[in-house]
Amino acid sequence: MAEMLLRDAVSKALMEALDEDERCFLMGEDIGAYGGAYAVTRGFLDKYGEERVRDTPISESVFVGAGVGSAMIGMRPIVEVMTINFTLVAMDQIINHAAKLSYMSNGQLTVPLIIRTVTGGGGQLAATHSQSFENWYASVPGLRVVVPATPYDALGMFRASRKDNNPIIFAEHALLYRVKGEVPEEYYEVPLGKARIAKPGTDVTLVAYSGMVRVAEEAAAKLQEDNISSEVIDLRCLSPLDLDTVIESVKKTNRVAVVEETWKTGGFSGTIASDIQEAVFDDLDGPVLRINGPDVPAPYARNIEQLMIPNADWVVESVKYNFGL
Amino acid sequence: MATTLNIETLAKEDALEIFTQMLLIRRFEEEAERLYRRGLVRGFLHTYIGEEAIAVGAIPNLREDDYVIGHYRDHGHALARGVDPKAAMAELCGKATGCSGGKGGSMHLFDAEKHFMGGHAIVGGQLPLAIGIALGVKLKKLDSVVMCFFGDGAVNEGEFHEAMNMASLWKLPVVFMLENNLYGMGTDVNRSRAGGASIFGAAEPYMIPAVQIDGMDVMAVRETVSEGIAKVREGTGPVFIEAMAYRFHGHSMADPSNYRDNEEVQENRSRDPIDKFREDCLEAGKIEATDLELAAEKVDLVVQEAREFAEQSPEPAPEELYTHIYADPEEN
Repeated sequence: MAEMLLRDAVSKALMEALDEDERCFLMGEDIGAYGGAYAVTRGFLDKYGEERVRDTPISESVFVGAGVGSAMIGMRPIVEVMTINFTLVAMDQIINHAAKLSYMSNGQLTVPLIIRTVTGGGGQLAATHSQSFENWYASVPGLRVVVPATPYDALGMFRASRKDNNPIIFAEHALLYRVKGEVPEEYYEVPLGKARIAKPGTDVTLVAYSGMVRVAEEAAAKLQEDNISSEVIDLRCLSPLDLDTVIESVKKTNRVAVVEETWKTGGFSGTIASDIQEAVFDDLDGPVLRINGPDVPAPYARNIEQLMIPNADWVVESVKYNFGL
Repeated sequence: MATTLNIETLAKEDALEIFTQMLLIRRFEEEAERLYRRGLVRGFLHTYIGEEAIAVGAIPNLREDDYVIGHYRDHGHALARGVDPKAAMAELCGKATGCSGGKGGSMHLFDAEKHFMGGHAIVGGQLPLAIGIALGVKLKKLDSVVMCFFGDGAVNEGEFHEAMNMASLWKLPVVFMLENNLYGMGTDVNRSRAGGASIFGAAEPYMIPAVQIDGMDVMAVRETVSEGIAKVREGTGPVFIEAMAYRFHGHSMADPSNYRDNEEVQENRSRDPIDKFREDCLEAGKIEATDLELAAEKVDLVVQEAREFAEQSPEPAPEELYTHIYADPEEN
């Protein structure tokens, strides 16, 4: 099995799409001549040409909408929005149009559109460039939200996304691009809406997604030093959400913490926590713990920026305190 | 403004068809207003009364493989594109037999088979979609064109300018059809646009050929749009047509009618596009008065059937609440 960077796994997924499906094309800011702000599409323009690797004006609304419109007539566009912060400029097209067309047309139209974007903070890019909005999009019926944490999942879920006929927010965490992981040579897919048990355990369940999966894994290793066995669940998708895997784990561990990078108010961890207590209240030995970034805009200075992103020590301390372990 | 096409050159059956289509839209809308007052149509109802010459002058010039997309004042566009009046009226009444299954309502009529890609109710939101459909057409190497309707209110949206730029930059096959009825809801275009009420010049910075026509003159619309479509089909990029219009009734049924002078409304109503066309035809000896009466009777019957169909159709079944939120996965 080969080791691969998450960035390269996404590149491979995109090349497959272009090689295998003539309806696929890429469109976005600086994906062609520049090679992508995160170098995911480096070399693509030379290989596939400007018809299929389309540099767009900095006009998020129209190029996302152009993705929607072309999908309406059977193309399978893959649109890159440089970061999830910029998707806010295109929110009308994503929420009012992409997410609604199948329903409003009573199934006459479908929107098989993948919107790739880069999420997360920690890069000292300050308040407007460090946000995570996957949770917002996950609250919109009609959208899928895919949040891979490993190269294996990035490739496998991208393949599954291509077969899904719905608008998908495919959010890649900026700090995960340089993470390495095993990716098999042979073809595989990772279905959307199936969480992954990243590490089995018995005493406490740590639920995470995207960049926080690594944090949860690191915390689990530290908790193990104190003989506390953690089960780490990587949600992999926020929509569709695999609650069953979470519930089964909580039935076993009776303790659960949800770790999420974005703000606590309105965070997706609130939805998970609520769903858990509705489903298995009597199985819980303590309140569902939510570990989120505090409700502050991201600062530039590294020392205080780090204070707003959950880390392993923070998770360890919170878990021990909350559950009296 | 472009000159009016000489009515003499029009075949009699074409003249009759134009008259019938405009009258169908007029009568359909009048019936919709009655159904609204009866409580059978709810939500927002925006009628096209007074603007019929634009849809009827423009849309029939298209081929079946072309596309139409527009805004929420969409009944006229749908009917001119051949959407079944029964299915359209049922949609207004929220019935399962509606052209959007009762899930879209008046502002969101769809008929994918007819390439009627929707009424869209976020002002300007349909423009990026039109760009995408046109891009899809181009990538598929087809020679279809996309006709995109929008109002004067939409031209102050960022999406309008983004769409104009991209259409021109990528030479996309779009006929931009601006229906300038002089009011964005209740706000006079002169109070909302720095460039004033005449808008077609806005296409110039984007290098898009643009023209302004009298949208109450169905022959002028027909001629200009026909030329526009031919030009777009050559593959040289978009065109922009501003049709000057006036809606005779309120923005929607909820309109307080307090922002326009009655005198102004009456003056515009005296230029009724259907009356004008009828008079022109009679004057030219193109159609007999009896032909027109017969056509009107047929239209009344179609509208009556549409109303009855809508009234008698079932509401969506409760489980329909949950269908088509997501599409099924592709089979491959």
